[in-house]
Amino acid sequence: MTPLLQVENLRIELKTRAGVAPVIDDLSFTLQQDESISFVGESGCGKSMTALAIMGLLPDRIGRIAAGKIIFDGEDLTKASEARLREIRGNDISMIFQEPMTSLNPVFTVGEQIAEVLRHHQKLSKTAAHATAIELLDAVRIPNPKARIDEYPFQMSGGQRQRVMIAIALACRPKILIADEPTTALDVTVQAQIFDLLRDLRRQTGTSIIMITHDMGAVAEMAERIIVMYAGRKAEEGPVQQIVKSARHPYTRGLISCVPHIVADVTAKRQELTEIPGIVPGLAEFGKSQCLFAARCSHKTEKCLIKRPDEMEFENNHKSACWIAKEL
Amino acid sequence: MGVLLDVRNLTVRFGVRRKGAAFGPKAFLTAVDNISFSVERGKTLAIVGESGSGKTTAALALAQLTLGHVSGEMTLDGNSLVGLDAQGLRAMRQRVQVIFQDPYSSLNPRKRAKDIVSEPLESLKKISKQETETIVDELFAAVGLRPEQKALFPHQFSGGQRQRIGIARALATRPDVIICDEPVSALDVAVQAQILNLLRRLQSDFGLTYVFISHDLGVVQHMCDSVAVMYMGKVVEHAERTALFSKPRHPYTKALLASVPSVERTVLQEDRQSLIHGDPPDPLNMPKGCRFRSRCPYAQDICAQSDPELSVLDQAQKVACHFPL
Repeated sequence: MTPLLQVENLRIELKTRAGVAPVIDDLSFTLQQDESISFVGESGCGKSMTALAIMGLLPDRIGRIAAGKIIFDGEDLTKASEARLREIRGNDISMIFQEPMTSLNPVFTVGEQIAEVLRHHQKLSKTAAHATAIELLDAVRIPNPKARIDEYPFQMSGGQRQRVMIAIALACRPKILIADEPTTALDVTVQAQIFDLLRDLRRQTGTSIIMITHDMGAVAEMAERIIVMYAGRKAEEGPVQQIVKSARHPYTRGLISCVPHIVADVTAKRQELTEIPGIVPGLAEFGKSQCLFAARCSHKTEKCLIKRPDEMEFENNHKSACWIAKEL
Repeated sequence: MGVLLDVRNLTVRFGVRRKGAAFGPKAFLTAVDNISFSVERGKTLAIVGESGSGKTTAALALAQLTLGHVSGEMTLDGNSLVGLDAQGLRAMRQRVQVIFQDPYSSLNPRKRAKDIVSEPLESLKKISKQETETIVDELFAAVGLRPEQKALFPHQFSGGQRQRIGIARALATRPDVIICDEPVSALDVAVQAQILNLLRRLQSDFGLTYVFISHDLGVVQHMCDSVAVMYMGKVVEHAERTALFSKPRHPYTKALLASVPSVERTVLQEDRQSLIHGDPPDPLNMPKGCRFRSRCPYAQDICAQSDPELSVLDQAQKVACHFPL
């Protein structure tokens, strides 16, 4: 089966004062029809940049795709014109952002904002778009959609605003939905509701989801495959359960064990959390021919400082870019 | 180990203008409604709840840092914390310090790190410059910052390092109680672990008592000795750590625990049905009876009539519910 989305050797460069830095360095991955994958990593590792590149929304004149292909449905998006990208965005690939407070326009009602997508992409009439918008609000489980459709974003709670964002993103039944930290600004009970909603909508519409997050728990709930990013490079990729059980990259292991996960049987004893010392390197370090995680890694050897590790493959398409992946 | 901090019937109200009304009586928003809790010396009490539940307001009322109208009794080591004069406040602030949530906005950008850390010493204690310097050196070592970083400005530090400065500042006067207001929620996951480990190490080194506010139940489970769960200004459950996490008795606590995404998928499936729906009620127009009833799967007629009191169930577990689980 040909994949829905295929990213090959993608390299994105950002212009900084100190020179050009590769924020995404040789990234390849595929997304199948009806599959859900998740990007995980700390801030500054290039997760959002990947999403923006797929959407064709890299910051103008600062970021550019230097090499590689993004093939969606047989079409290379890196070569597509701005007009073609406008057609694809919101129609075939759409995105929900982290901040539901700031990503809606405060001076339009939510109904107008949902209808805008439908009128632009599907050329619906004003009344038809309005009617569909009400159906969409109902689908994202906002109570009393007929009345709420004329409300402004400030009249809704954070969770409801994120539901409106989801309604806008799903209005044209896109093939791919990119969710960039969709719940970090929300409370846990609301987060659970939003995850529940996304799962149900996915089952109904068959949309593939790319979720960006830093929460391993959220990944385990939402995705089948996971890609761990570190400093613009793919550290590890594979099925979620397999990686949670036996990660083959020290960074992934650190990410899983540094968070105090809630456990069912609580005992009086508590262990110290595993620390990943230090922080993500600055942009100036990106692109060096060495393992960029070496400075924070407890398993580092001399080889790590000389050459960037090659990707090694294990069963079930599990890949790890670490020199000692086999031993881990 | 006796009780160090005791809070009884704490209520915090804010005057707000009624929507659209320029005249007439002021409305009051009761952010914290008649809550009681206590913390033992050297232990950690966690206050958990969603945003708007009043957890931060309750804790800041302890440090006398709220603008609202505060009533109730609060005692530290038997001394009242309510109605202090300027001198009393100064003495109290030496013993109660706060670590704030956002390390980006809680440090003065125009001051050097050492001046930020020594500020509480200068304003609260009368000690010589030399003594201040030694204390600052010790604090920098205690929180894991290098001595040569003393002269840097906040913008030259990373988020985790800034939070270390905030912790050093809170430790400066050797307080008994530190209120940690979501100390790690603005930090990256890998850095969170560094700060949480540091906080626990400092607790045993300095014999600190923490009031730890968080919405992250994983962090709470790791840090606390006892927990108070707040919902819409009320404490709905107050229990020891093991009791609360292994056997929550209030439906809200149970739902909160079930909402946390887990890497162990098995736990999750069976708890799926206890997800709660809808949004919390309007705090200006609180419904009669139990505040959780509109979202509670077990609600019955009596829940709409009377507000359940926080009552003792087992030795160390208090629950405010008519039908505890």
